[in-house]
Amino acid sequence: MHIVVCIKQVPDSAQIRVHPVTNTIMRQGVPTIINPYDLFSLEEALRLRDKFGGKVTVLTMGPPMADTSLRKALSMGADAAVLLSDRCFAGSDTLATSYALASAIAKITETEPVGMVFCGKQTIDGDTAQVGPGIAKRLELNQLTYVERIDAVDETARKITVERRAEGGVQVLSTSLPCLITMLEGTNVVRRGTMEDMLRAARTEIPMWSAAKAGITDTALCGLKGSPTVVKKVFAPPPRKEKAKQIDVTGKTADDIAAATLNALFAADARLEETLFRQAGH
Amino acid sequence: MTEAKPAPAAAPARGKMKVELSDHFKTYKDVWVFIELERGQVHPVSWELLGEGRKLANKLGVELAGVVMGAPGDSADAAVAGAYEYGADLVYTIQDPLLADYRNEPFARGMTDLVNTYKPEILLLGATTLGRDLAGTVATTLKTGLTADCTEMAIDDDRSMGATRPTFGGSLLCTIYTLNVRPQMATIRPRVMSMPDREAGRTGRLVVHSLGMQEDSIVTKILNYIPDASKEDAHLAYADVVVAGGMGLGKPENFKLVKELASVLGAEYGGSRPLVQKGWIESARQIGQTGKTIRPRLYIAAGISGAIQHRVGVEGADMILAINTDPNAPIFDFAHQGIVGDALTVLPALTETFRRHLAQKRAAE
Ligand SMILES: Cc1cc2nc3c(=O)[nH]c(=O)nc-3n(C[C@H](O)[C@H](O)[C@H](O)COP(=O)(O)OP(=O)(O)OC[C@H]3O[C@@H](n4cnc5c(N)ncnc54)[C@H](O)[C@@H]3O)c2cc1C
Ligand SMILES: Nc1ncnc2c1ncn2[C@@H]1O[C@H](COP(=O)(O)O)[C@@H](O)[C@H]1O
Repeated sequence: MHIVVCIKQVPDSAQIRVHPVTNTIMRQGVPTIINPYDLFSLEEALRLRDKFGGKVTVLTMGPPMADTSLRKALSMGADAAVLLSDRCFAGSDTLATSYALASAIAKITETEPVGMVFCGKQTIDGDTAQVGPGIAKRLELNQLTYVERIDAVDETARKITVERRAEGGVQVLSTSLPCLITMLEGTNVVRRGTMEDMLRAARTEIPMWSAAKAGITDTALCGLKGSPTVVKKVFAPPPRKEKAKQIDVTGKTADDIAAATLNALFAADARLEETLFRQAGH
Repeated sequence: MTEAKPAPAAAPARGKMKVELSDHFKTYKDVWVFIELERGQVHPVSWELLGEGRKLANKLGVELAGVVMGAPGDSADAAVAGAYEYGADLVYTIQDPLLADYRNEPFARGMTDLVNTYKPEILLLGATTLGRDLAGTVATTLKTGLTADCTEMAIDDDRSMGATRPTFGGSLLCTIYTLNVRPQMATIRPRVMSMPDREAGRTGRLVVHSLGMQEDSIVTKILNYIPDASKEDAHLAYADVVVAGGMGLGKPENFKLVKELASVLGAEYGGSRPLVQKGWIESARQIGQTGKTIRPRLYIAAGISGAIQHRVGVEGADMILAINTDPNAPIFDFAHQGIVGDALTVLPALTETFRRHLAQKRAAE
């Protein structure tokens, strides 16, 4: 089976710093990584390929330098990669992103039919969890989000059974292929890739597709133009006016501090004592 | 597999910074809240959103509606009644056995139909697994904007909704608008908005709509549902008292000091993200932007620095008590009470003092 995995190159947000004066993001030197959630989906796709045969193609939409993430995915074992890159994609929100990615997947399908599409649960920069469902809707793929486990895949009957996380429990769902899956984080252990894969990744030519190459004729549906949402304002969270009232600790024992804390808490909120009393089950 | 072009009426010139609604979208009005009914229970986030929806509807001078989808029966009726009591003026309901359990296809179809028929200007959903699964499909079908995980909403003078959410890994906030298309959709996480008062006996109008689908036409089938053994999640998010620890505890064994205080207070316990990453606590107990949002009466944070991603998950607490050795720790910028001290000695002292105090109070009853 041919599986497409959508991965996004994101700034390593653990290393993002905000300029204290101008409130702008200091991007210089911030390394980029494959969106960590996407790796669980990539791993799951690779496992299915190892088990059933077939091919895994990784797909990303981004600037030309996003090919480093694709190459990384190849070195982990993916078979092919496509970089979707065009100026007209700049400023895409989730609706425009899902349009571009769905168009590219449709194009891939023309030569090699796609049985499954994987997306990450969400990105760490966009953080919306909406691109996956968007792609599924546009391509009319059966949508399986927050998957914890793939129980069974029957390629001949084109059926799949998965366990999907719901609030308070797990749904066991069966549906037909083609489908779109987003994996929950921590559901598998991401592989490192073999020496052979690494060598292959370094040699592989990664095709770069423009909008036209992906079969997109109406660029008004792409990028800023195709995005119904706009960000009007970016700002730092306002500080609270008052800082914490400090319990006096100088020269005090821990017990004195604890006693003073109880007094301070109950003085500040008279109903708190009652809440705690009720809460502690008395 | 190709993109169908939207009908001309639904495709106004996009991308302009000014909101110029076409005549078509000008007829969209009212604020809707999706009432998430799953396995007989309404998710409390739905009531929280009705509270927020009420404010938006008042500002706009329009009505607030709840949308209840589920199998016909007592729990759907109870959800409708609850929606009125938490502030809905009217309820749109689709009740069909096919909606007994959540599946994307019939729910997305039902919701899209309702929107196209009754035309709301704002549609809010909880940012739960169900809400996110549904919202993405509905927004794509309607070709409208969707702002995920909002923390604040406001109505501008031109009646458009500004939805604020964390961005860039939570270090900044941004305000997002949906231009030129309606409805304006947003998801909001549980506990971000406060629970409104319930007005017993309050009622409203009911609009009944039909799903018009057959089971044969729905590809996805539910084979089984395995309830979680423990209800961890629900407890932490909705607990009245929460005690949490951070990296300041030094080593995993010390986390028991947090658990002991929590046990004396009948509280839930949790922690900062590094504790989850290091495997000291399970991921359901992570508090913050990528964990749980909490709104307890009392939150005690021991050895937590108060990074912005942690802060956004706890700001709704009525009272935050922070224990940190560093007087300049950011947590003291938003905590209400602070103790500059070693959590390893302060926590056991607090546990003992609370234990004694509560025992005395019990004796005095
Ligand atoms: C995209 C993204 C999402 C994130 N989401 C979350 C999230 O949901 N939740 C979350 O918590 N974090 C989140 N983080 C991580 C966050 O940025 C911080 O790194 C994290 O909250 C720090 O945890 P901490 O306060 O426990 O540890 P540290 O920052 O290491 O702070 C330890 C604190 O303990 C104090 N201390 C040391 N010794 C003692 C002692 N003996 N007694 C008392 N105090 C002591 C220190 O002064 C210090 O303030 C996220 C980060 C990113 C990039
Ligand atoms: N630019 C992109 N290129 C490839 N895949 C993407 C892109 N943006 C989002 N995705 C996929 O969609 C998932 C959800 O993204 P998001 O809706 O931004 O949280 C990600 O985990 C990726 O699998």
